[in-house]
Amino acid sequence: MALLEVEGLKAYYGQTQALHGVSFALEPGGITTLLGANGAGKTTTLRSLCGMVRTEGSVRFDGRPISGRATEAIVRLGVGHVPEGRGTFTNLTVDENLRVAAYTRRDKAAAQRDLDMVFEYFPILKARISQQAGTLSGGEQQMLAISRALMLGPRLMLLDEPSFGLAPLIVQEIFRIMRRINAEAKVSMLLVEQNAALALELADHAYVLETGRVVMSGKASVVKSDEAIRKSYLGY
Amino acid sequence: MEQLIQQIASGIANGAIYACLALALVMIFVSTDHINFAQGEMAMFSAFLCWQLLDWGLNFWIALPIVVVVSFLIGLSIERVILRPLHGAPVLSVVVVFIGLLAIFHSLAGAIWTHTIKAFPSPFPQVAFAGSGYIGPHQLGMIAVTVGLLGALFAFFRFTPLGLAMRAAAQNPASARLAGVSVDWMLALGWGLAAAIGAVAGTMVAPAVYLEPNMMASILLYGFAGALVGGISSPGGAVAGGFIVGVLENLVAYFGNLLEKITGFYLIGNGEKLTVALIIVITVLTLKPSGLFGHVTVKRV
Repeated sequence: MALLEVEGLKAYYGQTQALHGVSFALEPGGITTLLGANGAGKTTTLRSLCGMVRTEGSVRFDGRPISGRATEAIVRLGVGHVPEGRGTFTNLTVDENLRVAAYTRRDKAAAQRDLDMVFEYFPILKARISQQAGTLSGGEQQMLAISRALMLGPRLMLLDEPSFGLAPLIVQEIFRIMRRINAEAKVSMLLVEQNAALALELADHAYVLETGRVVMSGKASVVKSDEAIRKSYLGY
Repeated sequence: MEQLIQQIASGIANGAIYACLALALVMIFVSTDHINFAQGEMAMFSAFLCWQLLDWGLNFWIALPIVVVVSFLIGLSIERVILRPLHGAPVLSVVVVFIGLLAIFHSLAGAIWTHTIKAFPSPFPQVAFAGSGYIGPHQLGMIAVTVGLLGALFAFFRFTPLGLAMRAAAQNPASARLAGVSVDWMLALGWGLAAAIGAVAGTMVAPAVYLEPNMMASILLYGFAGALVGGISSPGGAVAGGFIVGVLENLVAYFGNLLEKITGFYLIGNGEKLTVALIIVITVLTLKPSGLFGHVTVKRV
């Protein structure tokens, strides 16, 4: 059974319709990427999955319908969302940023294990543990955002442009760790990226969006090697 | 000299009350960005509730927790029932609702308990102690209660998961939701806490000024001045600001009287204390809107 099934998803900002019936499915365990130009609806799709915009259509997570539910309720089912712009609690310390995400978890021992896991993936966060999160570098804040999502004990992670505004070396490091998280912690990922080449390297499946519709989909390796798709939709 | 010390001591005591009310204002401001103009009347209403319980023969220290809990629930329900539909409404609509609440609590108290002034016994033992020439036992008690309250709140926000969730919700609601926090409930909780703090302020101030529906009108203004002086976004600053305003108003009156005695020229005195508070409000808002202790966030760009 698919981990996430999206059918005919429409999204609206006020009167403006941003998604016109997006459908796709995610198999458990994989990394899927949503590609497309600016304004294609990539971020809106992620926000719709978490109930952050007004939507129509059906979204099923693990067989359970989640469309129309409150963001915090969806998140607690095991959907970790790493938002655009990282969403750091700048006035809170690194430690507090991580603990707030574990606040609703009943199993405190599991939360502690996840905290240890996070520090193993991102040792720099442990070194910065009592520092105000607003003082972290961009790369460190991105690591913190991913860690915060991990602290929810998610089965699916939605990542919105994790490479945004970061130096190529940092991006490589973060993507390498994301691959490890996917393999070791068994967290499926839905990755939105402006940088299509980078995303296709990491992902095993790709969907291409254009003006709020899925225009094509396929294995990442196939999409990557298809020159026509690359030229017309991905711009490289 | 002795008179000066006495003025400062009583200023600190008054400051404790302003600090409580300032704290309640800050509580709601940091979570919702609103100034609750009805905060004073809610505190007054709580004081009346407490008086009613005392009148029925309850001991003050049993009545107080009851009143605090009831006030907490009133505050919580106001947010859930009245303010919930106004999420995202223009700020003026919210202000009108606050003024409406002010009028409602004011008239409700008058209707239930009448407008006649009632004595409210001090809960603190009337004993003489070293320095009691400068400060009365009730005033000392008010200060202790305020400092204790601040300590408890500090510990709550700093050391409990719920306190952390409330801070996160106040700072970045969208991210807090993504961390699984029910932001809507955190707002309601903030209102409940503010009402509970206001209840403590009300029951502490009632013995000092007598109980009647108008008792909080000017005190809210001082509390507001205190919150602004300390920084409307900082709970610790609000308490410090409350004390500063309390001492300042007494000192201004004291030196005004001194000036009149020496030169025969009346510039300022006891009658202008409220004016002092208003001047403080305007000065802070024009010169340093973030207040003395307001947050300066360190941010990397």
